[in-house]
Amino acid sequence: MSFEPKLLGFLCNWCSYAGADLAGVSRIQYPPNMRVIRVMCSGRVDPKFLIQALELGIDGVYVMGCHIGDCHYLEGNYEALRKFDMTKKLLSFVGLDNRIRLDWVSASEGVRFGEVVSKFVEDIRALGPSPLSRDNPDQELLKKVKAINMAAGTKRLRALVGRQRKITEEENVYGEKVPEEEFNELLDTALKEEYDRQRILLALARDSKSVKDLAVELSLEPSLVLEHMLTLKGRSQVDFQEIIGNTPLFMRI
Amino acid sequence: MSEEEKKEENVRVGIFVCHCGSNIGGLIDCHKLAEESKELPFVAHAEDNLYTCSETGLAAIKKAIEEHNLNRVVVASCTPRTHEPLFRECISEAGLNPYLFNFVNIRDQCTWVHMKHAQEAYDKAKDLIKMGAAKAVKLEPLEMIMVNITPAAMVIGGGVAGMSAALSLSRQGFKTYLVEKEDKLGGRLNSLYKLFPYDIDASEFIGNIISNVQNAKNLEILTSSQVINIEGFVGNFEVEVEHNGTINTFEIGAIIVAVGSSILDPTGLFGYDGNKRITQFELESKLKNNKINQKDIIMIQCVGSRIEERPYCSSVCCMTALKNALNIKDQNPEAHITILFRDLYTPGTEYEEYYRKAREQGVLFVKYDPEKMPVIEETQVKVFNEYINTEMTIPYDLLVLSTPLVANDDNKELAQMLKVPLEANKFFLEAHVKLRPNDFATDGVYIGGSAKWPVDITESISQGYAAASRASTILSHDTIEVEGATSCLPEYNKSLCTGCEVCVKVCPFNAIIKNEDDEIEIIEALCKGCGVCAATCTNQALVIRHFTDDQIMSEIFAYGGE
Repeated sequence: MSFEPKLLGFLCNWCSYAGADLAGVSRIQYPPNMRVIRVMCSGRVDPKFLIQALELGIDGVYVMGCHIGDCHYLEGNYEALRKFDMTKKLLSFVGLDNRIRLDWVSASEGVRFGEVVSKFVEDIRALGPSPLSRDNPDQELLKKVKAINMAAGTKRLRALVGRQRKITEEENVYGEKVPEEEFNELLDTALKEEYDRQRILLALARDSKSVKDLAVELSLEPSLVLEHMLTLKGRSQVDFQEIIGNTPLFMRI
Repeated sequence: MSEEEKKEENVRVGIFVCHCGSNIGGLIDCHKLAEESKELPFVAHAEDNLYTCSETGLAAIKKAIEEHNLNRVVVASCTPRTHEPLFRECISEAGLNPYLFNFVNIRDQCTWVHMKHAQEAYDKAKDLIKMGAAKAVKLEPLEMIMVNITPAAMVIGGGVAGMSAALSLSRQGFKTYLVEKEDKLGGRLNSLYKLFPYDIDASEFIGNIISNVQNAKNLEILTSSQVINIEGFVGNFEVEVEHNGTINTFEIGAIIVAVGSSILDPTGLFGYDGNKRITQFELESKLKNNKINQKDIIMIQCVGSRIEERPYCSSVCCMTALKNALNIKDQNPEAHITILFRDLYTPGTEYEEYYRKAREQGVLFVKYDPEKMPVIEETQVKVFNEYINTEMTIPYDLLVLSTPLVANDDNKELAQMLKVPLEANKFFLEAHVKLRPNDFATDGVYIGGSAKWPVDITESISQGYAAASRASTILSHDTIEVEGATSCLPEYNKSLCTGCEVCVKVCPFNAIIKNEDDEIEIIEALCKGCGVCAATCTNQALVIRHFTDDQIMSEIFAYGGE
């Protein structure tokens, strides 16, 4: 039997959900793989929702909102786009970024709704089952996705993405505007750093470990791990537990 | 609801699975769905109904709430976009807070779209009910928010639909502003000759309506004026109108869109030249101004409509062609008129009668096949007559093209200002074709006339009245309840708020401020509940009511496992 993808869709109430209803009214037929969660605006979709769904082994997640410029809430879909891009970048660390998709479907695009869902089903079917599918999830990968989930909840990343439009599209109080490219570099660094830090925190969940242990376990440069430890200590998320020989062991607070 | 009932362990969910006649029940086993739902956590009762939205169905919900002491209700049926208000009201009548209701869409997004996959549709419906029930468990009672209503209306568009709406509202005593971008009222009717089916003189007819409008109390006419910006929400719109370079702002409670439609530019179609080959619309002007003395006249229907690029039927062209054919006959009984048509629509008793009259007077009807389009030559048209299976050659000295009404170019701008959708052909899209034909999904904004779809004058007037009547349901109140599902910073989350103010910046409605006590505060009447702030909040302190993280996560977990 061919693999049937298990998909989840977040649809905005005003455009995409209405478009999905119109597909029904027009009796457009499309594959029955996707379950829908209705939200008022695509901008409501927290990156954590997407990551959580993948963590649970769902094969693909679709976010749909109003076309740019047509948002019922004026600019919610711009925010959706920023959040989605961040989520995609985070997921690219573990190669799951092609399992989420963002599209704009209007209330009148019933036919198109059927088409894009069919295409998504097809594309995910071609990718095969998620490595986190519930029968036999890849435990190493699962840990990494948990770290991504935690990273998406950090103040630093949320503040960066929340302020992104202001930072790149408007001038700050000093009359400066940060170019999009420069911002992206900043964001990319932050994403990688927070991801690694969350992995460290997860690795310290049960036992205290040394920087060297962590570096080996997580395949990271020891110097990098040390830098992260200092930041995490500054945030009161880790502390020294004991020193064995010359090696300090860290524990999670 | 008592504090005790809010606690999760006291939650009692009732699930009602609707057959919707055979729409759902014809494909999947609704009884089995209901039975299986009984196994879900916190579900105290489940049943299936033939039509849950019927009197019987609603009574069953109320009875079950009482008998099983339910405090959450889930209906699995059509779509919340049309039926959520009804069920909210129903549980409200049974004493529950209306927000303790959750809708599961198993018709529009399930049985109607998976008609050949009964088992998969069943599995999907089962998952959706599971997810819906999981969210229902987490639902919290909410209070509706009261807002004041400004008892004034603005009608955009001074054609026959807009004038009918404006007259109706002003006669009900509401201050009404009628905005027309041209320098005079009347719209398309100003250029028409006579009106079907009784050959009433168009100028006289519209003249009477215009004079009624001009003499109406409470009605202010703003010609050469254009709406340039709209802010606010139901009952409290602020509309900026530009007139000769000056901008005035109006406080408005309800808005009616009656901007009508445009005429397709026929350039390039069937040798159109505006002289010997003209449109029906141009023919009317000629009939109005001077006698048509051409002898051989051919009319071609569906020019630029019912084609791939413009698939719709413009609905008024058949009757217009018949009317103009009879008017020509009236002025010039010797004229030979041939109407080349694809299908001829003359619905209703009067219009059918009109068609028969045209036949009696000798108007010829030739059906053409869109696969074999008529060929226009300098003085004759070659057309393949389907009925006699032969090519005919018909001479002409006047060719009249029946071109469709099309959406206005500036519909998109207005739609964006009003935050309402357009359909594929760029006409305005109503909230629901049957249940809310003159409403938009956005509260306080209504629609009538050809802005929605090409309609004739009778229908324009009816729709103008309909839109006015719908608007009056808002305007006749001092206050109105609006959506209570807003953003909030709950007491228990206040300590999480870091005061970063990112929410203040992302809110599209400026509904979030930092108050005098240096605390984040949500102005609920301004909040529309989009939830962008909650998805952005850097410390996940903001909660968007009715779509909380907890509620959405419970749906994700219900589907994904655990």
